[in-house]
Amino acid sequence: MPDRKAVLARAAELRAHFEGAGALAVEPPILQPAETLLDLYGEDIRARAYVTSDAMRGEQMLRPDFTVPVVQMHMMQGAEPARYTYAGTVFRRQEHDAERANEYVQVGYEVFDRDDPAGADAEVFARISEAVAGLSLRAATGDIGILMAAVRGLSTTEARKAALMRHIWRPRRFRALLDRFARRLPEPAGRVALLEAADPFAEAGTLIGKRSRAEIEARIEALRADAAAAPIAEHQLAALETLLSVRETAPYALQHLRDIAVDLPDLTPALDRLTARLEAMDARGVDVQRLDFEASYGRTSMEYYDGFVFGFYAEARPGLPPIASGGRYDALTRRLGRGAEIPAVGGVLRPGLMLELEGTA
Amino acid sequence: MSLKLGVPSKGRLMDKTFDWFDKRGIRLSRSGSDREYAGVVEGIDDVSLVLLSAGEIPRELAAGRIHLGVTGTDLVQEKLPLWEQQVKEIAALGFGHADLILAVPRAWVDVETLDDLDAVAAAFRAHHGHRLRIATKYHRLVRDFLRAGGVADYMLVDSQGATEGTVKNTTAEAVADITSTGETLRANHLKLLGDGVILHSQATLWRSRIAVFSDTERAALERMLQRLAAIP
Repeated sequence: MPDRKAVLARAAELRAHFEGAGALAVEPPILQPAETLLDLYGEDIRARAYVTSDAMRGEQMLRPDFTVPVVQMHMMQGAEPARYTYAGTVFRRQEHDAERANEYVQVGYEVFDRDDPAGADAEVFARISEAVAGLSLRAATGDIGILMAAVRGLSTTEARKAALMRHIWRPRRFRALLDRFARRLPEPAGRVALLEAADPFAEAGTLIGKRSRAEIEARIEALRADAAAAPIAEHQLAALETLLSVRETAPYALQHLRDIAVDLPDLTPALDRLTARLEAMDARGVDVQRLDFEASYGRTSMEYYDGFVFGFYAEARPGLPPIASGGRYDALTRRLGRGAEIPAVGGVLRPGLMLELEGTA
Repeated sequence: MSLKLGVPSKGRLMDKTFDWFDKRGIRLSRSGSDREYAGVVEGIDDVSLVLLSAGEIPRELAAGRIHLGVTGTDLVQEKLPLWEQQVKEIAALGFGHADLILAVPRAWVDVETLDDLDAVAAAFRAHHGHRLRIATKYHRLVRDFLRAGGVADYMLVDSQGATEGTVKNTTAEAVADITSTGETLRANHLKLLGDGVILHSQATLWRSRIAVFSDTERAALERMLQRLAAIP
C-alpha cells in the first residue's frame, strides 16, 4: 500500500495540474446529508456508504464521491461555463470484499458547459488520459445515451418504456422486463385470474395502510392496458440485443450501430453525438481508431451517468478497480437543480492506485 | 482453559437447547438463582457454558470469545458479514424454525411477486412523494434480497418489535420479519409474496473459525463432536 503522504502529494500535483488547465479548486464537506443521496440512489447506497447521525441534522453520510456535492454547489452559485477540480478522501463501506479499500483519495475534474457537449466529453477524457499516460492502461468507453435512445425509440407503450428506463442500470431486471414485454415469458399464475375477475377485491379482506384502493385499481387498469398492448416486435428486440452486444474499436462500433439504427431510427441523434465526440477526441489527439467502445459499458456501477462513460484499467492487474473513470451526468444536474439543469461531464483519478502501479510506494 | 459453549440465556430456545444436548449425554443447566447467568456442564470434561442473549452469540463467535454457540441462521447471516468465513455450521438442531419473509397487505390483490412490488414501489413514490417503506430489523438481509430481486424505490424503516402492526399504523407499507406460522400475518391483514421468502432459519450449533483452541480445548471439541455424531 502506498504511503498516505505520498498519495496526498500526488493528489495535490494532479489537482494543481487541473487548476493550471483552468479549473477552480473546490473543497466540499466530508459529511453530506443522507437524504439527498438516498433519494438519488435508493436504499442500496446504505450498503456502499457509511451513515452516521446526530440529533440536530439527522442522518449524514461520509461522502462516497464528490460529484453530488460539486453539482449541488454549482447549481447554487456557479457561473457558466465552469470547470472544477478537487482532491480528497472518499469513503466506501465494504460488506462483501475485505480486500477493497474503504477510504481512498480521489482527484476529479468536472466540466459544466451548455454549448459544446462533444467538446466537453473529449476535454475530460483527454485530461484524465494525459494524467494516466505512461501507466499502460486500457481505456474502455461507452454511451448510456445510446441505450436510452434505443429504449425511447421502441414502438411500444410509454408505460413500458418508462419501466425499462427506470431499470437501465439493473441489467438483469431490464432483461426480465424486456422478456415480459415481448411475451417471451408466461404471465404469472394469478395475473390472468386477477384481470378476468368480475370483482378483483372479492377475497381482499380489510384494506390497511397508506396505499389506497384507488391506487390498487389504477394498477389493475395499467395491467389490463399492458395485457391488451401488442408485444414489442421481434425485429426491434433483436436490434436492441445486437446493440447491447456491440464491443469493438470505436469506428467499427459506430458503423455497426448505424446498421442497427435501420431498425431503431431514433438512435440516429445519439449516434450523431457519438460521431461528434469521436471527432472532438481525435482533434485532442486521442487515438480513436484504436479506442474500445462497448455499448453495455457502465450499466452496472455508474448509476448517475446517462451519456458518455469511460474507465481506465490496468490489464496486468485485473483485480484492481478502475484507476480512473468518469462520464456525463446531465440528468443528475436536473434532479439536484430544483428546476434548473446544465449538461455536465467529469472524471476521477485514484492517485493511490497510480502510485501502486508505478511501484514507487 | 475449557471449551466455551454459548447458549441462549432464556426462554424456549434455552430449554430446547438443553434438551437437545441432554439427549446426547451432555447435561447443561443454569447454576444458582434464575437471575444469575452462570451455567453448569455435566457429562463431558473441559466444556464450560456461557449464557448469552441469542442476538449476541454471532458477535461472540466472530470475536472468538466462545468456541461454539447456538443461535439462529437468521442472526448469523444478518450480523456477520462474510459469515461463512467466521463460523462453520456443526449441526442444525431441528427447532426454532422461522422464516424471514416479505409481506404486503392482503388487499393488495395486484401484488403477488417481487416484480409487482417493484412496479408498485415506483407508482407509490410518484403518488406519495416518498419511497415505499418496508419495516424490518433485518436490514442487511432484506437489502441484499431486494437488490438481487431488482426492487428499487423502497426504503427500510427500523422496527425492533410488533413489526406486523406497522402497516396498519401507516408507518410502513410492507414488512420483512421472522414468522414461524402464517397466523400472525393473517391476523394483521398481511400476505406473503410468492417469491418473498428471504431465508429459512432454525436454531443451529456453530463453531467459531476465529477462536483459538488450546490442546485441552481441541480435545474437548473432538469429544463433543464424537458425542454429537453418535446421535444424529
